[in-house]
Amino acid sequence: MKQSIHILNVFCLLSLLSVGGGSAVLPQMEHETVGIHHWVTGDQFAAIYSLGQMAPGPNMSMVGLIGYKAAGVIGMVVALIAFYLPSSFLVYGCSFVWDHFKDNPWRNAVQKGMAPVTIGLMLSGVYAVGKTASISSQHSMHHNGITAAITLSVTAILFAKHINPALLMLVAGVVGSIALRGI
Amino acid sequence: MGNTANSQATLAQIFTVFAKIGITSFGGGVVAYLRNALVTDNQWMTDEEFLAALEISQTLPGLNSVNLAIIAGRKLAGPSGALAASIGIVLPGVLFLIALGLLYERFHKNPNIAAALAGIGAAAVGLLLQMTLKIGSQQFRNFWDLALILVTFYLVAILHVSLPVVLFLVAPIAIILNRPQVKP
Repeated sequence: MKQSIHILNVFCLLSLLSVGGGSAVLPQMEHETVGIHHWVTGDQFAAIYSLGQMAPGPNMSMVGLIGYKAAGVIGMVVALIAFYLPSSFLVYGCSFVWDHFKDNPWRNAVQKGMAPVTIGLMLSGVYAVGKTASISSQHSMHHNGITAAITLSVTAILFAKHINPALLMLVAGVVGSIALRGI
Repeated sequence: MGNTANSQATLAQIFTVFAKIGITSFGGGVVAYLRNALVTDNQWMTDEEFLAALEISQTLPGLNSVNLAIIAGRKLAGPSGALAASIGIVLPGVLFLIALGLLYERFHKNPNIAAALAGIGAAAVGLLLQMTLKIGSQQFRNFWDLALILVTFYLVAILHVSLPVVLFLVAPIAIILNRPQVKP
């Protein structure tokens, strides 16, 4: 019960802070769930994140798995509701008054100004997950070399070709099971 | 008046359309699926309406795809429409993830699976990196934007300053740097 209230608090706050999408709160989410509350380990966080990217639909439903790790089925339901509901209420309410601000010049200033902040947060998200999934002090040089190569190859391939990322992740899974086994 | 959007639909129709996207949109890019379904296939919104909704979705907190579902659902059938649309788009992925999570619990100690997951994890980072570089392609080339990106990154990733504090410090500066120009 107490755990569920913590989950509620953490994910409600993340919901309202997720300006520019879910990736922007990834570093804060990692900090809260791994560093402060110890609901998951860094490795588990990275694994859950990658599972979330394989699933269809909005790419942040993985918060449910973190909630499950913290407090079972109730934790999962609480995490999902806490993460999706507050921002949804906000959008619902704001979509009524939005037209009033349509021509307000400050709206453009907010949008243009927040863009680089969001990019900075997404970059922090890359760092938060990458420090366990791509280059980790707990893995050998050999292992890190291969995972870093997979990360950079995926980035390069996605720039070069229109290809479904889910397909690339499956290929990376096959490559991993061959090249990363037992090292 | 050109193309008008029919803004009536039953809850079952709304749920079905959004759930279809929720099931099929593997690999992200949900916004593109939404545009297809809402503007092209069902003509529930005009292109302008969709772009306006996208703008709200991007400016406010929350995932763009869920926010779009809320706005479109509301327009079609009020509060219950918003509920039907958002549950439709989120639920399939959640069910899929529950299945993946159970498989993970059961098999993550198996060396083959662990190695495959390590590969998938590394690929997921590559996907996020590419998204970040692509979305930020303009900002990375602009001096002030790049400075804001680096400051935000340094505060959040290296110093672990909490996100509310970072937004409180950086957002006003970012907005004032882009303040509306006063016309002479």
